[in-house]
Amino acid sequence: MKGALKPAAAAEMIPEGASLMIGGFMAVGSPERMIDAIVARGVGRLTIIANDTAMPGRGIGKLVSAGLVRHIIASHIGLNPETQAKMISGEITCELVPQGTLIERIRAGGMGLGGILTPTGLGTEVEEGKQVVTVEGKRFLIETPLKADFALIGAWQADYVGNLSYMLTAHNFNPIIALAGRTVIAEADSIVPVGVIPPDAVKTPGVLVDHLLIRAS
Amino acid sequence: MDAKELIARRVAREVRPGSLVNLGIGLPSMVANFVPAGLGVFFQAENGVIGLGARPPEGMEDRHLTDAGGGFVTAVPGAASIDSAMSFGLIRGGHLDMTVLGGLQVDEAGHLANWKVPGKMVPGMGGAMDLVTGAARVIVAMQHAAKGQSKIVPKLTLPLTALRRVDLIVTDLAVIEPTDAGLVLREHAPGVSLDDIIAATEATLIIQGDVPEMMLI
Repeated sequence: MKGALKPAAAAEMIPEGASLMIGGFMAVGSPERMIDAIVARGVGRLTIIANDTAMPGRGIGKLVSAGLVRHIIASHIGLNPETQAKMISGEITCELVPQGTLIERIRAGGMGLGGILTPTGLGTEVEEGKQVVTVEGKRFLIETPLKADFALIGAWQADYVGNLSYMLTAHNFNPIIALAGRTVIAEADSIVPVGVIPPDAVKTPGVLVDHLLIRAS
Repeated sequence: MDAKELIARRVAREVRPGSLVNLGIGLPSMVANFVPAGLGVFFQAENGVIGLGARPPEGMEDRHLTDAGGGFVTAVPGAASIDSAMSFGLIRGGHLDMTVLGGLQVDEAGHLANWKVPGKMVPGMGGAMDLVTGAARVIVAMQHAAKGQSKIVPKLTLPLTALRRVDLIVTDLAVIEPTDAGLVLREHAPGVSLDDIIAATEATLIIQGDVPEMMLI
């Protein structure tokens, strides 16, 4: 962990056209201050890899509303009418991926695997263009790994070496994307001294985290 | 009793003691209201909680604890919070005893379509494809018809959710079980005749002997 940054300084690191994995499920567990800083900077043509695009005014929805998103890889966009409208108009392209497949593709990317075999999607539109293999008599789709330039994490607690813990349903994609971003930036509700998060409660070891956002003022 | 409550009360009878159950958003989530306390049932919300509880009192919501639709919930004693890889591992890996999902169409093969209306509505599949692929038992809870159109059809015209045949269809008119031979009419709703059901169903229904009235909780 290289130290704590102001949100604006963290957003400066993100270039036009970057790919971002962002934690959160309907914005629960999303790094809102980091997202606000990206919106303030106005860096565009982003690829977003996340479960969903939340709703206008919250989480990833703010990036969509600001017109900064070019491509989305997500499992569900149905609760954000702006994403749907921009997809229909062609402003945004969207790859819809079953949720369990999406998280495993990210996990494969982060854990050095060449992909995953899953029965989900067989016989559906999701199968189109993909290889099907038979293992021990069962058919599976080959799904490729996903990585991103940045993983933006929303955590509950962070300590001074970057260890992270999460609260209740705010885990979601966060602990998994922490392995799949080439640069990992975490935003926590609170930053606590080393030792406050017991080793057994650490869900993301600090060695994976490049930068923390400074505490909220 | 309105149609949705009738469906939820009938589906609630399918919930077995000590099981792990996933309820989709919307109508399926109403099922939890009618499952008797003391059955030892854990409800999973795929965004990351096992042991989903009722809505919290007004003003006591926790922003870190929501269901898969983003609504505030509570957790019951014995609850566990998990990340998305674990959540979908439970679903895909055969650890989930039952799922209840909404449907747009079910056909005579027992195939479900519930994630896309091409050209009109493309919300994404979210967790639906994994749930139908992996759950031990799949129940579709839906209105029998939409805008006068039967949702139980000879062959799907909307995109398939999964190759797996669903186990039971519960509507405001009937309980129908997909089998190797086709769709077997198992029960009729109170005050609904078999002729009413046949007239409202585009698919062919198999009627074997007596068709009893739905038992509700």
